[in-house]
Amino acid sequence: MTRPTVIRAAGAGVLVLAAALFPLVFTNPTVTNFGVVTLIFVVVTSAWNIFSGYSGYLSLGHAVFYGTGAYFLVVAAKDWNLSGATIFWLVPLAGLAAAVIAVPVGLVALRVRRHTFVVITIAFFFIAQLSASNLSVTGGSSGLLVPVPNWAPATYNNPFYYLALIIAVATVALSWQVRRSRFGLQLRAIRDDEDRAAGLGVRAMPVKLTALVLSAFITGMAGALWVYFIGEAFPQFVFDPLFDLAVVLMAFFGGLGTLAGPVLGALILEPAQLWLNLQQSNGYESEILFGALFLVVILFLPRGVLPTAAEYARAWNAWWLRRKSGSPRVVAEADSAGTSVRGSVS
Amino acid sequence: MANEIAQAIAAGILGGGIYALMAAGLTLIFGVLDIINVAQGILVVLGAYLSYVLSVHLHIDLLVGLLITVPAMFVIGVAIYWLFIRPLRGAERTSMTLLACFAVALIIEGVLYREFGSNYVSLTAWYTTSSVHIFGFYLPDIYLIGFGLAVLAITALYLILYRTTFGRAVRATMQNQTAARLIGIDVNRVSAVTFGIGTAVTAIGGMVYGAISGGFTPNSGYDLISRLLAIVILAGMGSIGGALVAAVFMTTAEALVDIWQPEWSVAVFYLAMVIILTVRPAGLFGRRAARAQ
Repeated sequence: MTRPTVIRAAGAGVLVLAAALFPLVFTNPTVTNFGVVTLIFVVVTSAWNIFSGYSGYLSLGHAVFYGTGAYFLVVAAKDWNLSGATIFWLVPLAGLAAAVIAVPVGLVALRVRRHTFVVITIAFFFIAQLSASNLSVTGGSSGLLVPVPNWAPATYNNPFYYLALIIAVATVALSWQVRRSRFGLQLRAIRDDEDRAAGLGVRAMPVKLTALVLSAFITGMAGALWVYFIGEAFPQFVFDPLFDLAVVLMAFFGGLGTLAGPVLGALILEPAQLWLNLQQSNGYESEILFGALFLVVILFLPRGVLPTAAEYARAWNAWWLRRKSGSPRVVAEADSAGTSVRGSVS
Repeated sequence: MANEIAQAIAAGILGGGIYALMAAGLTLIFGVLDIINVAQGILVVLGAYLSYVLSVHLHIDLLVGLLITVPAMFVIGVAIYWLFIRPLRGAERTSMTLLACFAVALIIEGVLYREFGSNYVSLTAWYTTSSVHIFGFYLPDIYLIGFGLAVLAITALYLILYRTTFGRAVRATMQNQTAARLIGIDVNRVSAVTFGIGTAVTAIGGMVYGAISGGFTPNSGYDLISRLLAIVILAGMGSIGGALVAAVFMTTAEALVDIWQPEWSVAVFYLAMVIILTVRPAGLFGRRAARAQ
């Protein structure tokens, strides 16, 4: 392992440890509630990034998979009369349900590219929302309730928190594995130039579809966990257009197609949004703020906070080395140091 | 039954006119700027609220009010383009502009909620409740007026595009932006004005929508944009004539399904779109360019 890798692994370890200790230090239920929802968004944003970030196919319809997972858990818990911690076993099954839905969605949507793809994912979102409001199995617009477990109020959030943490760590590890694998390379080749990638022997359709199904599986699990945590399922909240935008904003904010970017984006923006919602009783203020923040990110940080920060760090390093180099002898030294620094940052 | 079906077809065709106009604006913007303006739905609602303010607070007739709302929406469109779309460049422009439009839509929706709340309002005038009796069925006047306005506006759009120097510049930019720049066309100006025109039609669309929909809220933008997107995809991105055909086809199909299955009638839009796309990924009248990366 090279030195930067060790540093990164240590950083990730510290972050996970801090996350694991978080509910023990901050026992206030409001705070751990924020923690659960934030971790769920870490999962969803990373999962979205595995498909959209790596392949370049921007999906604005991941709420379809999130909602499928959510409704699967609610309906299955009701039909099989499950309660308490047993319901957690439905979470991976809900992921499978979302993955099954992703296959036909992908087979239709992945035939087209760019705008048309984005628009079709939006259309699938509306189909899903419409179905949830009209089918009898989802209880229509009157919604469904999940049996609330009778855990102690003080530590009620903790089981949700730790399950979300486990899924989040697994998702980021998976994202990392995908990134360094042949499969991840194929995805990024598709992002850069699909026709050329196909010409070089990448079987584009199976690769894209696999990424979408993988992403949908994780998103479905997150949706199932979320709905059990919330305790109720209404079509307009389970299939929420703002959900899609929030996920995309978080990924863009942190850095699209990077490993840590989506995690960072979710860790910063979701608590901020939850806090804003807590401050204001009306929804429109946060909607306006959210839209404005989105515009600021797109206009001024189009490549995300992490890549932009890395650029600044590199520029600062170069400036520092230039300043240090007073005599020609030091210039040569600084030059070799400069290359090694550049290597470690990028 | 036969009478019901005929009535549904008539209402579908007349209602399709106004959707055709809104979709034509969307397609025009897409053709020239390579942007999907997902804010089109909320802009229609904004147009409807502008008409509402003029008619309720200033007692200006809806049709006369268009003389104010159409230029107002034009200016709003140019401003959106100049502030948020024009600065976006580079490889990710396609997705960035789409997200920027979405963000603008959110802000407009938030502002509308703030100003008007979430109660349903509708536009009323003496001609929104009356109807005429032709060939054995009753057609509401507002449907006829809306269709007439749509035909007028689409004709005007056609004349601008095909009979003026500016229209020639627009079509040149649609075909090849770099070449258009080389022969001295100010592409930025053409783009701004095109975005303005594409937005200005939402003033007319909004007025008619507000009068025939039986009530709207700031949330209505989602319903509108999902229909409009289905129409332009079915037609094939960038085909204005296709958008007209697709709009009339969709609204007629919806009106027919509405007779038997009211709650599923909207699904017709998406179902038709999915079926067409599996057979013809470029849409009914689309160019192959829609598939190129």
